[in-house]
Amino acid sequence: MILAEPPVGTAARRFVGKKRRPVEDRRFVLGQGRYAADVTLPHLHHVAVVTSPYAHARIVHVDVRAALAVPGVLGVATGAELRAACKPLRQYIDVPEIAWYPLAGEQTVYAGEWVVAVVASERAIAEDAAELVEVTFEEIPAVLDPERAIEPDAPPTHAAHPSNVVYRRTFRWGEVERDFARAPHRLRGRYRWHRSATVPIETFSVVAAWNAGTNLLDVWASIQMPQFPEQMAQSLGIPLNAVRVHFDVDVGGSYGVKRGIKHGVLAGYLSRRFGVPVKFVEDRLENMRGGDMHGPDRIFDVEVAFDDDGVVRSMKMRTLDDEGAYPGRSPLQMGKPVGAIVGPYTIGSVEYEAIAVVTNKCSQVAVRGFGQAPTNFAIELTMDRVAEAVGIDRFEVRRRNFIPPDAFPYVIPSGTPYDSGDYGVVLGKAVDCAGLDELLRWRDAGRADGCLRGVGVATCLEPGGGNAIFEALFNPKNESTTFPEGCQVKIDRTGTISAQIGVATSGQGHETLVSTILGEAFGVEPDRIRVIHADSLAGLPSQSPVASRMAIVLGDAALGAARKLKDKMLRIAAHRLGAAAEECAWDADTVRRIADPAANVSWAEIARIAHTAYHLLPPGMEPGLQAQFVQQVQGGGTLPTAEGVVRMYPCQSFSAHVVAIEIDRDTGRIAFHRYALAHDCGTVINPDIVRGMVLGGIAHGIGAALYERFQYDEHGQLLTQALSDYLMPTTYEVPHVEMVEHETPSPLTAFGQKGVGEGGYMTTPAAVVAAINDALAPGGARIAHVPVTPVDVLELLA
Amino acid sequence: MSARHTVTVTFNGREHRASVPARRSLADFLRDDLQLTGTHLGCEHGMCGACTVLLDGAAVRSCILYAVQVDGAQVTTVEGLSPDGTTLSPLQDAFVACHGLQCGFCTPGMLIAATELLRENAAPSEDEIRTALGGNLCRCTGYQQIVESVQLAARGADAR
Repeated sequence: MILAEPPVGTAARRFVGKKRRPVEDRRFVLGQGRYAADVTLPHLHHVAVVTSPYAHARIVHVDVRAALAVPGVLGVATGAELRAACKPLRQYIDVPEIAWYPLAGEQTVYAGEWVVAVVASERAIAEDAAELVEVTFEEIPAVLDPERAIEPDAPPTHAAHPSNVVYRRTFRWGEVERDFARAPHRLRGRYRWHRSATVPIETFSVVAAWNAGTNLLDVWASIQMPQFPEQMAQSLGIPLNAVRVHFDVDVGGSYGVKRGIKHGVLAGYLSRRFGVPVKFVEDRLENMRGGDMHGPDRIFDVEVAFDDDGVVRSMKMRTLDDEGAYPGRSPLQMGKPVGAIVGPYTIGSVEYEAIAVVTNKCSQVAVRGFGQAPTNFAIELTMDRVAEAVGIDRFEVRRRNFIPPDAFPYVIPSGTPYDSGDYGVVLGKAVDCAGLDELLRWRDAGRADGCLRGVGVATCLEPGGGNAIFEALFNPKNESTTFPEGCQVKIDRTGTISAQIGVATSGQGHETLVSTILGEAFGVEPDRIRVIHADSLAGLPSQSPVASRMAIVLGDAALGAARKLKDKMLRIAAHRLGAAAEECAWDADTVRRIADPAANVSWAEIARIAHTAYHLLPPGMEPGLQAQFVQQVQGGGTLPTAEGVVRMYPCQSFSAHVVAIEIDRDTGRIAFHRYALAHDCGTVINPDIVRGMVLGGIAHGIGAALYERFQYDEHGQLLTQALSDYLMPTTYEVPHVEMVEHETPSPLTAFGQKGVGEGGYMTTPAAVVAAINDALAPGGARIAHVPVTPVDVLELLA
Repeated sequence: MSARHTVTVTFNGREHRASVPARRSLADFLRDDLQLTGTHLGCEHGMCGACTVLLDGAAVRSCILYAVQVDGAQVTTVEGLSPDGTTLSPLQDAFVACHGLQCGFCTPGMLIAATELLRENAAPSEDEIRTALGGNLCRCTGYQQIVESVQLAARGADAR
C-alpha cells in the first residue's frame, strides 16, 4: 500500500499546533449545546428516588401505596423488584459477594443510597410521591473509618463479605531490601488525601426509551464511561445490540466521574417496566450523597532509602483506599499509578502495597488522573523531606533524581517504558517563568517582617493513552490487553469530508481534534470537515475519553483512516491518468503525475468517480470513499507478569509547578502570590484546548488542596452535601496562572502528541502544600494532608 | 397539585402569555415550557450560577425565582444574546476566540453575568471581571480564559 507522507514535519504543518477556534464553542455560546437533560420525547416520564437516611440499616418494610395513589404517578420500583429482574452492576475486582444494584435490597449500606424509584408524568409529581413512600429501617452499626474497617472485628459493610478488605496485594519491583540495606538514609511519612471529587456543574442525567416494537433501548446519558453500553446490556439481561447509547449529547463536565452506570440501568429498567420513555436528572443532593461519584480517599505510608546526596534508591509505599460502599471500578485507581510509580525519578526499586477497603459511605469512582493525583502528592511531599534531610534545595533534589533526557525509552521498575521527556529543562522553564529568585526574595523579606510566606515546587509524570492492562493486575479474570479507539472517515460524492467518532465529549474538544488532524492529513480547511458522534451501534470500537488518551489514540485513528482514503484516492487518480500509482503524488488536494504535473485529477473529480463512475475506477475496486481505522493503544498488548510487571500507558507528559503563597496569621487564610508552571505534553494540536486543560486541572487541584472535602459525621451523614458546604473554587480562589510549554514529541504517535487532561490536577495539590509547608517551616510545622483548611493552619500556629 | 396563575413575560423580546403552577421555577418554565434549554441547572439552590438570566437587565438566578414572580418583566436568556440567533455578539465571539469554555454547561450563566458587567462597565479591570463572575462556578477552565474572553470583548467594544 502506498501511504501518503505522514505529516510529521513541524514546519510543514498548516493546522496542527496552530491557534484555531475550537469548533464546538460556537454552539455553546449560542446556548445550543444539547445535554441529556435537554432531550425530550413524546410521553416522557420522570423519575425521582427515595434515598436512605441511614449509613447502614436493614430495610424492614416498604409501603408504596400512598405514592401510587398520587395522580400522575405511573409506577414505583423497589429494590427487591429490581434485584429480581436485573443482574448486578459490574465490579472490576473479584467480589461476587457484594451485589451492587441501582436500588438497595435487604440492606442499605450508605446514607443517600437509592431505595425506591418513582415514575410520574412530571418531575415535581414524582418528587411529591417519593415523599409519600414509607420505608421502615432498622439501623445497624456502620463502619466509617478506613483504618477501623480494616480490622478483623470491624462491622462488615456488606454482610455477605465479612471482611471490609476487598483487595490487597503487595508488589515488589526490583531489589527493594538490598537497596534499603545499602542506602545510608531512610525516612518515613504518612500522607492523607481526603475524599473529594471533580464535581461537574451538570449532575448526572439520563433518558432511556425502550421500544417494544424494535426491542431496542435508546439511551441519552451524560457519560464518560468505558463499556457503558456493555454494562447496561449485561445488567438488564438484554443483548448488547439491543442497547443504543447516543453519544451525540454534550456532557456538562466529567473529569472522570460521569460513569452513571446505576443511573442508566435504573432508567433502562423503568422504561421497559412501565412502557414509557423516562428521564432521570439527579438533583444536587442526590448527586452529592448518592451519585457514586466521590473520589479517592487514601492514607499513604511511604518510606524511602536515599544516599548522602539525596538520590532516592528505593521506595516502599502502602496505600489504604476507602472505596465507600460499592467498589465498582474504583480500586483500579490504585492500579494506574503502577505505570508511573516512581514519578519522573530514577528510583530503582519499589515495594507497593495496595489495600482497598469498603465502608458505609457513598461509592468512589474514577476522578481526573485515575488515582494518580493522590499518589503523586505522596511522592512529591516525600521528595521535599528528602531534600530537607540531606540539606539541599527542593529544586536540586528533583534535578538529582530526574530520569536524564538521554535515558529514554526508560523502563521503570514496574515495567512501563517512559517514551520521552526532558524533565530538567521543563523544571528550569518553570523556575524562569515563576521568577524564582525574586519569589525567594519576596518570601525572605516577608519573613523578616513576620509574614508567613512560602514557595513550593512539585513535578508530575502524567501517563497518557490509557489501556486497561491494570485491570488484570487487580483481577486475573480480566484479560484486557487493549483499549482501542476507532474513527470512520467518509468523503461524499461532492467531496466534503465527514468523520464519525464513538464517544461523547465532556469539554475536551474531540471534534476539533479530529477535524484538525484530518485537515492536516488531507490539506483541507478543518472547519469544512464535519465530525459527528455516532451511537454505540453505528460507531466503531471506542472506550471513552478517559486516561488523557484521545489525542493519542483517537488522533492516530483519524490519521489512520485518512491515510487509507488518501491511498485509495491516489490509486483512483492514477488509473484515471493511465499511470501507475507510484508515478503519481498528492499536491495539496490534487493528485498529479510526477513526471508531468499538468496531468492531474482534482479532489472533486476523484470523489465523483469513486461514487458515480464505476467504469472509471480501477477494476474491482470498492466504490465510494470510506475508511475505518481502529487504533490499538501504542506499545500495549501484553498481560502483566505474575510479579505484576506491566507495560501500561504509552506516552508520558511532564509538568513542574512553582507556587508562592502567603498565610494570614489571624485567619489562617491561604492566598496565592504567584502560580507558574511549565509543562510538556509533546506536540500540541490545539493550543487553546491544551491551555484550558492545564488551567482547569489546576483549579481542580486548588479545590482538592484547600477547599473540597466530602466530610462525614460519626453517624455516616454527609455534612458537605450542598454547594454551599462543599466549597468549589471561584474566580476569587483561583489565581492568574503563568505557564510555558515545552515540546518533547512522543516517538510513538503520528504527530508526537501526548496526553494533557490530568497533569494540572495531579501536580497542584503537592505544589500548594509544599508552599504552605515552606511558609510554616520557620515554626517547624508541617502539613501532610489535603484539603488544608484555615483551621488546620491556625491549629499549627497556635 | 397547585393553583395555576397566568403570567405575561417578554422573553428575548417576544411576549409570552402562559398559565403556570405557582411552584414552577423560572428555570423550569424556561426549559420545560418555552424549550429555552440554553439556561442550565447545576444545583437548583442558587449556588452555581449556571441558570443566570437577565431580569429587567439584572443578572438573577432563575432556579430560585418562581415564574409567577416575573409577570410583566423582560427576561433575557443566552438564546437572546445573539442579535438574530446566528450571528455571535461581540461577547459570544470573544468566548470562542479565547476558548473561554470547555463543556459549555456554565457558559450561558457566564455570558449573562458578563453581559451585565459590560453594560455597567465598558472597560473593567481583571479584578472587576473576577468580582462580577465570582458567583458563577466553572469546573473546566479555571476561569482564566473566561476572564480573557471578557477582556477581549471589552477591548473590542472600545475599538468600535
